[in-house]
This record gives sequence, C-alpha cells and structure tokens, in this order.
Amino acid sequence: MMAHARLLPRQYMILLLVALCAPLGDSCLSRGMSSLPAISIGHPATLIAAIFTPWIALGIVLLIGFFASYLTALSWADLTFVLPATAFGNVIVALLAHFWLHEPISIERWAGIVLITLGVGFVANGPSLTERPAIDLQAQPAAQLDQEQVR
Amino acid sequence: MTIPYSSIHPWSAVAMIAAIVLCSTAGEVLTAAAMKSVGDLDEIRARSGFTGAVRAVLTCPLFFAGVSFLALAFFSLLFALNHLNLSLVAPASASLTLVTNAVAGKIFLKENVDRRRWTAAVLVCIGVYFLAH
Repeated sequence: MMAHARLLPRQYMILLLVALCAPLGDSCLSRGMSSLPAISIGHPATLIAAIFTPWIALGIVLLIGFFASYLTALSWADLTFVLPATAFGNVIVALLAHFWLHEPISIERWAGIVLITLGVGFVANGPSLTERPAIDLQAQPAAQLDQEQVR
Repeated sequence: MTIPYSSIHPWSAVAMIAAIVLCSTAGEVLTAAAMKSVGDLDEIRARSGFTGAVRAVLTCPLFFAGVSFLALAFFSLLFALNHLNLSLVAPASASLTLVTNAVAGKIFLKENVDRRRWTAAVLVCIGVYFLAH
C-alpha cells in the first residue's frame, strides 16, 4: 500500500463527513428520543417504533454515513490520524450551536475548542499513513547486497 | 433510574469507565487493522464497484471482531450511564480513549506515533474533556 504524504481533496471530504456525521447523528438521536415519552424495559416494542420517527431515522442514516466514511478513512489513513478528525466534529457542532442557534459557550468550552483545533492542526500537517513498504524496499536490496558479498 | 454518584464506590466507577475505554480501544484497533488488510476502499470501489467494496469489508473476519468489541463498548457505556452521571462518563471515556488508542496504535498497528501525534492526542484529550464537561 502506498503512503499518502498529502491527502487528496476527496479524502478531505471523507474526513469532513467523519467529523460531521457522528455529532449530527447523535444530536438527531438525542432530539428524537427526548421528544418521545419515557420508554420502559417492559415495552421494548416502543423502541422499534421509535426508529421510524423522523429525527431518529435521520440520526440512524447519519450514523451509518459516519461508519461508512470512517471505514473508508481507516483504509488509507492511520487510526491516530483519523481519530482527532472525529473529535473535531464536536468543535463544528459547538460553533454551529453558538452562531446558528445562539447558544452560549462557556470559557471552558472555548478552551476545549481551541485545544481540539490545535490538536487537529498538529496531526493534519503530518503524514496520514505510516510508510511501511518504503522500509521493506530499502531493506531488500541491502539484504541482496549482503548475500552477494558472502558469495 | 440513576443511582446517586456518591453511593457508588470510586473503584466501581473506575472499573466501568475502564471497561468502556478498553472495549472501545480494542474495537477501534481491530477495525483499523481490518481496513488496512482490506486495502484502499476508494480503489476497490473504482475497480469492483460499491458491491465489491462492501463484499471486501464483510468478508474480513477482523472487521466482525472489531464491531463486536465496539458493540461491547456501547453496552458498557449504557451500563455505566445507568449508574453514573453523563457529565462524568462521556468526557472521561471519550478523552481517555484517544490516549489509549494512540498507545494501542503504536504497539499493535505499528503506527508511527511521533511527537506531533502524541501532542495532538493529549491536546484533543484535554479539549474533549473541557468541551463535554
């Protein structure tokens, strides 16, 4: 597998989907579940019916989208590269809630937003994938050279 | 009904959060290993279509091992939420998982977790804690 030092635009789109779909999906589930009456363990069928309510159905679609894009990202990038991108979604949702829904953000949350943005910036500037085959290719001629010297 | 946090033994709370973090880390690492063994999904989709990409993922045993651990992590989270407050469980498990994943990625996936990635993991970990608290 080749290492990608720089990501392609479509790969940035996949990472953006990873970052956006998870928190938006969770928010939809939370909104859908809070609008329903309390569900008891004695009536599990109510949970099945909840799946077909609009907010929960949208949340499930978004979470399926998250998992598909997350798996795609893991197929060409390291786990330690993809995970901070997942956390960056919380920042996007917090900023949307502040500027769109006019929700107040405390100083601690602003500090969290700054720290996550810095962390994602650190990772995004580095390589997305550990370059393993390059080491093997370098080691192979050296091993062949050693064998020739022995002969 | 959530039991008041003060009535829970601190070690029980630690064990519940540890169960979430361990299951989640095992699930993430196994899923990542599965996807590395499958190969670039974009290339597979270009070659064999969407069905080919889905088949490549679903025929990988490591993927199912990873999903099983992620399901265990989800049920551990539900169990913990039944006993502890969300304001404790969510930030603690989310931020600790980032650090354990960096360690597991280095040990099991042999990823190059350099100083840049360690710094990022710690910054994001503290950031998630602040954001979710």
